[in-house]
Amino acid sequence: MRLTCPLCGTRDRREFYYSGSDDYLNRPSEGAPVEAWDDMLHLRVNPAGVTKDLWYHETGCGSWLLVTRNTVTHAVLATELVAARKGGAA
Amino acid sequence: MRIAGKGLIDRSEPVTFTFDGTRHHGFKGDTLASALLANGVRLVGRSFKYHRPRGILTAGPEEPNAMVEVLDNGSQTPNTRATVQEIYEGMAAQSQNRWPSLRFDVMAVNDLAAPFLGAGFYYKTFMWPRAFWEGLYEPLIRRAAGLGTLKPHHEPASYEKAFAFCDLLVIGSGPAGLMAALTAAQNGADVILAEQDSVLGGRLVAEANALGADWLTATLAELKSLPNVRLMPRTTVVGAYDQGTYAALERVGLHLPNQPHLPRECFWRIVASQAILATGALERPIAFSNNDRPGIMLASAAQTYLNRFGVSPGDKVTLFATNDHARTVARQLIAAGVKVVAILDSRSEASSVEDCPVYLNAAITDTAGRRSLTQITGHHAGGDFLIETDCLLMSGGWNPLVNLACHQNARPAWREDIAAFVPQPGMVPGLSAAGSANGAFSTHAALFEGRTTALAALTAMGKPAQAPDLPQAEDAPYRVQALWQVPGKGRAWLDFANDVTVKDVRQSAQEGYSSVEHMKRYTTQGMAPDQGKNSSVGALAVLADATGRGIPETGTTTFRAPFTPVSIGALGAGGQGAGFAPQRYMTSDQASRDRGAPMIEAGLWYRPSYFPKPGETTWRQSCDREVLMVRSAVGVADVSTLGKIDIQGKDAARFLDFVYTNTFSSLPVGRVRYGLMLREDGFVMDDGTTARLGENHYLMTTTTAAAGQVMRHLDFIHQAYCPDFQVRFISVTESWAQFAVAGPLSKMLLNSLLDERLADFPFMSCGEVTVEGVKARLFRISFSGEEGYEIAVPTAYGEALFRDLLAKAETLDGGAYGMEALNVMRIEKGFITHAEIHGRVTAFDIGMAKMVAAKKDCIGKASATRPGLNGPEREQLVGLRCDAAIGAGAHLFTPGDKVERVNDQGYVTSVCYSPTLGTNLALAFLKDGRARHGQRIRLVDHMRKTDVICEVTDPVFLDPEGAKLRA
Repeated sequence: MRLTCPLCGTRDRREFYYSGSDDYLNRPSEGAPVEAWDDMLHLRVNPAGVTKDLWYHETGCGSWLLVTRNTVTHAVLATELVAARKGGAA
Repeated sequence: MRIAGKGLIDRSEPVTFTFDGTRHHGFKGDTLASALLANGVRLVGRSFKYHRPRGILTAGPEEPNAMVEVLDNGSQTPNTRATVQEIYEGMAAQSQNRWPSLRFDVMAVNDLAAPFLGAGFYYKTFMWPRAFWEGLYEPLIRRAAGLGTLKPHHEPASYEKAFAFCDLLVIGSGPAGLMAALTAAQNGADVILAEQDSVLGGRLVAEANALGADWLTATLAELKSLPNVRLMPRTTVVGAYDQGTYAALERVGLHLPNQPHLPRECFWRIVASQAILATGALERPIAFSNNDRPGIMLASAAQTYLNRFGVSPGDKVTLFATNDHARTVARQLIAAGVKVVAILDSRSEASSVEDCPVYLNAAITDTAGRRSLTQITGHHAGGDFLIETDCLLMSGGWNPLVNLACHQNARPAWREDIAAFVPQPGMVPGLSAAGSANGAFSTHAALFEGRTTALAALTAMGKPAQAPDLPQAEDAPYRVQALWQVPGKGRAWLDFANDVTVKDVRQSAQEGYSSVEHMKRYTTQGMAPDQGKNSSVGALAVLADATGRGIPETGTTTFRAPFTPVSIGALGAGGQGAGFAPQRYMTSDQASRDRGAPMIEAGLWYRPSYFPKPGETTWRQSCDREVLMVRSAVGVADVSTLGKIDIQGKDAARFLDFVYTNTFSSLPVGRVRYGLMLREDGFVMDDGTTARLGENHYLMTTTTAAAGQVMRHLDFIHQAYCPDFQVRFISVTESWAQFAVAGPLSKMLLNSLLDERLADFPFMSCGEVTVEGVKARLFRISFSGEEGYEIAVPTAYGEALFRDLLAKAETLDGGAYGMEALNVMRIEKGFITHAEIHGRVTAFDIGMAKMVAAKKDCIGKASATRPGLNGPEREQLVGLRCDAAIGAGAHLFTPGDKVERVNDQGYVTSVCYSPTLGTNLALAFLKDGRARHGQRIRLVDHMRKTDVICEVTDPVFLDPEGAKLRA
């Protein structure tokens, strides 16, 4: 498997650390109800198809990537920098 | 028998080898199979289950019968296919799966018992009595089953792994592959041409057809001359993976006499923008009674032995064919002077131009010959026949080698006109099939498709795509009649390697295992080393017939990587011994070893366990002495393994406030603070001290174990939640060597080394100092409970400083201390490590709930306050005192309660004998533990057979007010 890091180019998956769902990006604001935290921390969909997840270019540039890929075909549809995505600021 | 003037072997280079101890002669360029045939050796193996005598069926890596053990300098490689293994001077091979010898194999008795050993025999027979399974049946089956054997010692051979990148990977070097490579190369693409065989050319080499050796020679010369082409013979592409990644196995030293500087094999990962599947096709056998005798081989194999190796497959050859292609083999044999006694063609309408009897509408019903074929019987349009023959060639048609195209779970499509499965476009993204692999069997069609697919690949890559001319080549139609089985009385083999017959497949259908996947598992068809390459299509055709379905409805089983067997040694290349994990050494490593310190692993690091003195015979003696030494004088320990992260920027303080539960923006410059870090789910992630070196400059310390995890965590928080923060951080763990100097004389020791004596330097302060002119950082922190400092110098000065510190310490009755003493002292002080913060404890559990600042948000704060994470139901950190020795992992019970899981009150995480307090201490988690100080608790350790009563205490056993720390 290969992922295209927007900074480093296409690299072998061994350079990346897999973290899990992009749900982690949606951090509830302070004082949000406990259900909102439950959603972010624990509730996951398990799609047969397009999914978005987080990968860390651990042995590369240290960037966190938001990867859109298909769990059925294994196609990687897009990779973008977590830091550059819209609404990234806390 | 060799045939004069034929073959590509080098007759000027004779090679001597042995098979089962007998010396034979071959030539350079021979495989073991061709050399054995040339020496008249027909019997080369015994079958898996019935121990039937077996010969050579094929001339390639799909060989199901001729598997041998190769002995090479103490290693023994089983299941080596004789059709692939090249001979070299002094090579020793032996037959396998027979006892006492290949000719007289006691287990051949299985063949007589065959009526009782059909499909499902194991499942039906070894069911009862149940108790017999482990003691009797399993050892029995294990002894009887299996093919070759391994030596039971460590494999001394070396393997290698490597990566390669290219625009176009061409898999297979037959006419399609060569034309594809040539087309792409001439257009400037970076090409890798991988070929499993030792010579390039594929069927061009074997068929010696009209296109001829000249075109092959010229094309190979051109490809070799081009700098953008890498030719990789002896390299089998074994798997197609995601995003254009292909696995390949190269035989590097396996065909050479022992070469100490060469690995046996190299495991390649090849990344290609585009790839072309030009793997060709495999000829398939026909299932008729006793079709497995030595002397019966595939027609295409005989063609290879004739044209490439100059070997005649027999003295009196017969051919059983279903297609025109096989007929050319007979013609070439006749032309070479080999006696062909008859041609049997299953078709009623076919030519009969050969100079020998040709029987149409023919079928073979049985064969005879105990260890080698002697005669065949059958019938044809004109009646029954009996023919004396020592070699029968068969051709049931061709199966395109679609395997790699199917490795991502797509299924091939059935083509009725050629009675074969072919790949469909797009089965593996970026991989296109060409030539025989795509069902295009003539040489012209292969060349044409090779060029077409290469041009398409070039276009897909946005490269120029000029079409080169094609050479003139034969374009004969293939014309095949599907013939899967000939009805007859005896057993007709489908899977030679696993001894699966037509009857087994029919029985499987009869007993309800009618899905092709069930049939495979019930009969074991396709589960041998050849993975069904010779048998799968035939078996599913028989299954289709038995179940009244068509072949496309029956479908194929799943094709999985690897295409051919890959040794575990090659997959794990580089991972043996010290290669298993990197080793990280501190700058003090040699100095510690010089003092006889045994090293223990801490993650990838190696740290000294203790520093034995003369007369000390156990680790405890050294450890106790080191603890008392630190508590009474001074000790030095290397703590460089702790993670160090340099954090700078205008928003550094704000960032740390968000990361840590407690506040760092209020920390004055020149001060150090202990920090607690949570995961977002509210559990403790890590702890450590962070120093404020400047207004916008912090230095964070992590635990040794969590250094990588914390770095990842910080990067995530910054990039995901606050990318607008002006802060940057970098790991400086390996840039600094850092030493703990602890004990009442620590300041005295430092002052003897520092360029300027320490003035007022209170607990939890930090600052710059110099040691012999070298800038150093000094932190007054303590993990031992004594007055303590940590001094950090650039790594280059680490060893020198460590040796100086030890030399001075020894003049003060101090010295080095190791991990054991460090651990004892931190337990005495109730300091936690990852033994305690193991991922399931909260700040509340370790008594640090107050460290979660109320005034600000931080990672994990919301979750840390949720129900269930705070309260008397939680297991809380406590200390335990005990007169008897205790071990970590023990569980706690209220005295009087029955010792069973429902009554479990907690568990022990760390233990030590405290020489300072003269008793055994432990840190433990105990339900509602903070309310139970002073109570007694029962400690049970089933592993160590301990069952004792302990006293529950505060986790800080020593100096709870911290008077010594602040001294």
